[in-house]
Amino acid sequence: MSSTLHMHGGIGESIKRKEDARFLRGQGHYLDDFVLPRMAHMAILRSPHAHARIKSVDTAAASAKPGVIAVVTGELMAQHKLAWMPTLSGDTQAVLATDKVRFQGQEVAAVIAETKYQAEDARDLIEVDYEILQAITSPQQAKESGSALIRDDKEGQKDNHIYHWESGDKAGTQAAFAKAHKVVRLNTFYPRCHPAPLETCGCIADVDGVTGKATIYMTSQAPHAIRTVFALVAGIPEQQIRIISPDIGGGFGNKVPVYPGYVVATAASLLLGRPVKWVEDRTENLISTGFARDYHMTGDLALDANGKMTALRVHLDSDNGAFFADAQPSKFKAGLFHIVTGSYDIPTAHVTADGYYTNKAPGGVAYRCSFRVTEASYLIERLVSNAAMEIGMDQAEIRTKNFIKPEQFPYTSATGWIYDSGDYPKAMDVALKQLGYDEMKKDVDARRKKGEVTGIGIASFTEVVGAGHGADFDILGLRMFDSAELRVHPTGKAILKLGVKSQGQGHETTFAQIVAEELGIPAQDVLVMEGDTDNTPYGLGTYASRSTPVAGAATAMVSRKLREKARKLAAHLLEAAEEDLEWERGKFFVKGSPEKSKTIQEAAFAAYTNLPEGMEPGLEGVHYYDPPNMTYPFGTYAVVVDVDKGTGQVKVKRMVAVDDCGVRINPMIVEGQIQGGLTEGYGIAFMELITFDAEGNCIGSNLMDYLIPGSMETPKFEIGQTVTPSPHHPLGAKGVGESATVGSPAAYVNAVIDALSPYGITNIDMPVTSDKVWAALRSKGVTE
Amino acid sequence: MKVSMRVNGAERSGDIEPRVLLVDFIRTNLSLTGTHIGCDTSSCGACTVLVDGDPVKSCTVLAVQAEGRAVKTIEGIAGTGALAPIQVGFHEEHGLQCGFCTPGMMLLGEELISRIPNPTDEQIRWAISGNICRCTGYMNIVKAVQHAAKLTTAASKAPAAAMAGGAE
Repeated sequence: MSSTLHMHGGIGESIKRKEDARFLRGQGHYLDDFVLPRMAHMAILRSPHAHARIKSVDTAAASAKPGVIAVVTGELMAQHKLAWMPTLSGDTQAVLATDKVRFQGQEVAAVIAETKYQAEDARDLIEVDYEILQAITSPQQAKESGSALIRDDKEGQKDNHIYHWESGDKAGTQAAFAKAHKVVRLNTFYPRCHPAPLETCGCIADVDGVTGKATIYMTSQAPHAIRTVFALVAGIPEQQIRIISPDIGGGFGNKVPVYPGYVVATAASLLLGRPVKWVEDRTENLISTGFARDYHMTGDLALDANGKMTALRVHLDSDNGAFFADAQPSKFKAGLFHIVTGSYDIPTAHVTADGYYTNKAPGGVAYRCSFRVTEASYLIERLVSNAAMEIGMDQAEIRTKNFIKPEQFPYTSATGWIYDSGDYPKAMDVALKQLGYDEMKKDVDARRKKGEVTGIGIASFTEVVGAGHGADFDILGLRMFDSAELRVHPTGKAILKLGVKSQGQGHETTFAQIVAEELGIPAQDVLVMEGDTDNTPYGLGTYASRSTPVAGAATAMVSRKLREKARKLAAHLLEAAEEDLEWERGKFFVKGSPEKSKTIQEAAFAAYTNLPEGMEPGLEGVHYYDPPNMTYPFGTYAVVVDVDKGTGQVKVKRMVAVDDCGVRINPMIVEGQIQGGLTEGYGIAFMELITFDAEGNCIGSNLMDYLIPGSMETPKFEIGQTVTPSPHHPLGAKGVGESATVGSPAAYVNAVIDALSPYGITNIDMPVTSDKVWAALRSKGVTE
Repeated sequence: MKVSMRVNGAERSGDIEPRVLLVDFIRTNLSLTGTHIGCDTSSCGACTVLVDGDPVKSCTVLAVQAEGRAVKTIEGIAGTGALAPIQVGFHEEHGLQCGFCTPGMMLLGEELISRIPNPTDEQIRWAISGNICRCTGYMNIVKAVQHAAKLTTAASKAPAAAMAGGAE
């Protein structure tokens, strides 16, 4: 069916995707498509209040409804010691509330019934008597003395403070600021937004009453880690838990955590002896599952008289919601925010963060981002552009002047990160040429003279992705490696099994291409399997742009292992010495006699039929890859906007995105990822907002209030590239899924601020909506 | 109550509560799971089907409202055999990633091509503006529909050329 079916499908070939075949026919298998025999349906009752004490829960009317099998309350869960669960950040989270509700949308009770309609009908008959308490909706409010104590369940917790975290050199930074020629400050709020994948979260828990085996179908980006968490939480022996992540309709970080619904459905299936399905509706997804950002940031950048950056100081207040449930490596309370020095050679930096409980949904996830890299990138790129404005330097020039130079790599940043590779001036150069920067600047000047409001924004981001190394990065102690198991059948066709899990990234194609390159078996002959913990090797999952950096490396390494065994087999078949054989993709041949050759398929057949004496039969292997370092993708994005003075409406005229993600395995898929990321970045910059009123009601609880870019708003993108291979990755690849969402918000906002800068406007917090732009222009008397 | 409709060319009926949504009837009663649910508020379009040829968001239509009408779902575009032009377009132009919005997008594309054989970029963007894709950023969806339009036009010309005995 594919125009590229005839191609070998090695690295660098844009072959069409293998997984398309089922999706194009409506034959994908998403969670809600599964129907199991005797399957019951679960609906969750959620709190309408942000903060309230539960006085009573009356389930009598609900239990009496036709079709209702069971009503589960927090009290019932408590009897099984499951009313609370541990979070990925070392805190606890209520599964079903017993004492208080702490955010609007919190899980209070659940109904299991024969049909979804019956479960939802009965849920609405549960009566809960609440005593409403003061709602706290910001860190500022959380730290006021006399504020309500949200986590009165925690022994020793006297206030709403969760953690204090620091990185860098405080004294050195202070000293540098004391000598600064100029200090530029930016106060900005990166608001709460939500990954909102088109498919919501859900599960079907199926606990076998006889064997006790729990098979849980789940929309999970990290099925293996979830299995271990379930074993620890529920006390089920780990071999008795099988997590199946079927096709996933987008994740973007939202499908990393363990949600209470999964635990309740599993407990219900265990108690009832029937499969129990739970699928969120959109409102449940937006108001209760992993949100992103919600960071209040203050950055100070010190400059010398020549515009050279001498120090960076940052403080953030993090709004973590009612439970500290951020999905991030356990040693990193503020994620990887200390990448905040970005692409710049800043000699010293000091970063501090404080986390606070609020009466908002818990579970900060990295929405298409590697653990808070997005917030860090946004802050430094906004700060650098504002610095350029303040000192009257061109925004490209201040960046070029301060970039870490290509010859400085590997580069150790002021906060201790070792950047593996980069060529920032080159990416900047390609982007500016593609944009026609000099011409565009003249055009902007000319149009401004005519009274038009127009501007250019630049962002030169650096990411840190591909966690581990395992000694530094772990999730609940699980080291962040990943794995690949490769089995070549007698006829030379292969199955590759991975510990990661695609949510649309095209793993079935990309990872087959790595085998095609390294072992020489055409990509079409390599079946990629993921998302079944009984049938794939252990891995930490797909998020934080780690699949290609980690599982991709594992795939290359296992392919190479098998190639070495195939070399022995080929030598046996050719009656030649191993060291006399040369490898050319797909075959071994005798040095100097290319006509004497054996293909990888012939070697595979020999592994089962004609072995050298003493060799173990078969051609298969497994590799667990613990990366020596993170990878550091980067790029320069340049945006041109026009602003309508009368309405404040912003129109993105151009968006040039030059990405360097190292070696590109399937360029078509890479560009698809970038286009998708630029769109989500656009949404975050201009549209997407989860906010709360004073009572803690979530505003943004459906797709009419939580605005996602559609085809009419989304700009057209102009994509460019540079290639700086990672020196430590076996293929030189770096990961790309999130670069565009990390890098683009600052580029979009910088363009708007550049457009408004002639009027003395230096900041508008995201989302940069028309009303905010109009109000800013009006405050300066530009519009009426 | 009884409901019957023509789905992908076949008569289908069921005995349902009057409140059952068309999307639930399609997914649960007919087991046609290519039609997806993304929002329940007709905001995302993952549930788009064609009713008497017009795109409809089946999450906000009652099944009984489709009584006696012709419904087309993704399963009606092509089964397990050769792909229809709209499917070829999405495959060749990388117009899908996770695949969740894809059935709705392809039905919109096919309906648009049936009205406008050679749609412009803007016409396609307008036609799909009620549906959300979270993965692709729309550019490749636009290209996919244009690709399909070209294939459709070529296919419609081919038999005529053959009958006239001419070679193109």
